[in-house]
Amino acid sequence: METKRLTIFSGHYGSGKTNVAVNFSIMLKKSVKNVSIYDLDIVNPYFRTVDALKTLNDNGVELVVSPFAETNVDLPAMNAKSYKMLEKSAGYAVVDLGGDDRGALAMGRFSDKIKEENDYDMLLVVNVYRPETRTVEGILEIMSEIERVSEISFTGIVNNSNIGLETTAENVYNSIDILDELSSVTGLPVKFTCVRRGLDVDEKLLKNKILPIDLIEYGSWL
Amino acid sequence: MADKVLMKGNEALAEAAIMAGCKYYFGYPITPQTEVAAYMAKRMPKIGGVFLQAESEVAAINMVIGVSACGKRVMTSSSSPGISLKSEGISYLAGCELPALIVNVQRGGPGLGGIQPSQSDYFQATKGGGHGDYKLIVLAPASVQEMVDLTFKGFDLADKYRMQTMILADGTMGQMMEPVSLEMGEVKEYAKPWATTGTKYHEGRNVVNSLSLSPAQLEEWNINRYERYKIVERDEVMYEEYMMDDAEICIVAFGIAARVSKNAIMEARKQGIKVGMIRPITLWPFPTEALLSASKKVKSFLSVELNMGQMIDDVKLAINCSKPVYLCNRTGGIIMSPSEVLDKLKQIEKGEAKAW
Repeated sequence: METKRLTIFSGHYGSGKTNVAVNFSIMLKKSVKNVSIYDLDIVNPYFRTVDALKTLNDNGVELVVSPFAETNVDLPAMNAKSYKMLEKSAGYAVVDLGGDDRGALAMGRFSDKIKEENDYDMLLVVNVYRPETRTVEGILEIMSEIERVSEISFTGIVNNSNIGLETTAENVYNSIDILDELSSVTGLPVKFTCVRRGLDVDEKLLKNKILPIDLIEYGSWL
Repeated sequence: MADKVLMKGNEALAEAAIMAGCKYYFGYPITPQTEVAAYMAKRMPKIGGVFLQAESEVAAINMVIGVSACGKRVMTSSSSPGISLKSEGISYLAGCELPALIVNVQRGGPGLGGIQPSQSDYFQATKGGGHGDYKLIVLAPASVQEMVDLTFKGFDLADKYRMQTMILADGTMGQMMEPVSLEMGEVKEYAKPWATTGTKYHEGRNVVNSLSLSPAQLEEWNINRYERYKIVERDEVMYEEYMMDDAEICIVAFGIAARVSKNAIMEARKQGIKVGMIRPITLWPFPTEALLSASKKVKSFLSVELNMGQMIDDVKLAINCSKPVYLCNRTGGIIMSPSEVLDKLKQIEKGEAKAW
């Protein structure tokens, strides 16, 4: 899979962008020198990339995140270092946007420069087991809302269909039809399918590659 | 299985409310419950309902009074500081005997506190945050599925007893995602002959009011209401018993603290400590009988809470202080780890812990 310098993950809130972005950046680091992950989430107070800080550090991925994430400071802030994503010399950039149009707003200030450089993928993370994105119609609605505020168009789709720890291979297979239809309506390719590591899913039955997912450990009470 | 969807606690609760026939939501954003308002803003217009972001929490709760007086199912939601603001209105709802669902997705306090999860509004919810003689039915979910089930049940209880139900969740319950089934039963309709829906040419009219000009009448209203509370205490207690058959220590915990405790119990059992749990699902009415009968069998109790020790008083009252009660707690927005609970259990076993 050819990787652009910037890979932006966006989608409906709760679609699993953070887990996908973290796993994607660690996978990418295995084949390139510099990878940074930029947490532009200005929506979620809990469950952030910062929960994966140790894993990211251990794998040599730099995390750029608001210093206020998961503190008591309730501010939609981002780290000033986020501008580094625009510098070619900083290497590969993986961007974790907040959910929906409200979260994607944070992209607006970067989108002109990103389009100018034109070395990016903007990927729509889709989980068909989220109630608002169970149908192509629902997904298209969220998609156009995000494109409107982020001022950047999607270039591909990521299938992250799951129902948490109860997910079966059957759940993954059952999502293929909706993703195929979405792909044909939008003309965008499904770049890869996310599958929790250890779940026995036959890659041959999918029409794209698998990105194995190690879930971020949020707490021992889950 | 195939019908399960993955939902965040806050949005699952909001959807359950809609399925329970609630078409009126009045609120004001506050972390960590904002998704309830955001979800309602999206969904209500689609089902012909009303979403209104009020100018303040005080305004929102008074709008709830208005809709409930008209006999319709209505809800509001907030997080701790917002519930303090709503407390005056909640007392008025109680005084007017108007059913309503109030959701508190708790965060750290007192004051502005913080945005991380907490259970420090236990006293406020169960002892009456507002003024006057009244009780709320207080339901404490411990999973996203229970956010759904208890919301549905909460509306029913409110209508059935003309009471106010509070869902007392915490930030984690609101923010976490789990698979849920949204298959609910039938919505039971209750006659509301007291509702202000117009006289329709009948004689007389309905007045919804909490003001009484006569002390004797006010006393009578209060006594009558407490008669109804007795029925709720008799018929509506809900709790879960976990590994209590041979338990020597009984953990009492609700919500997220109960999940941490379950993990601690599994580990403790491996190490030979006989421990079980009674998890109150209704915090009011409190499972007094269950605790009292457990007190005849166990040696001690351990209250696990995300506050400085609040429910522990009710545990002591329930068992008439007949056994030592210990506390394992964290506060300020921090969730204890299972190993912290386990350490406390070991201290109790060794006789090194100090009772409350």
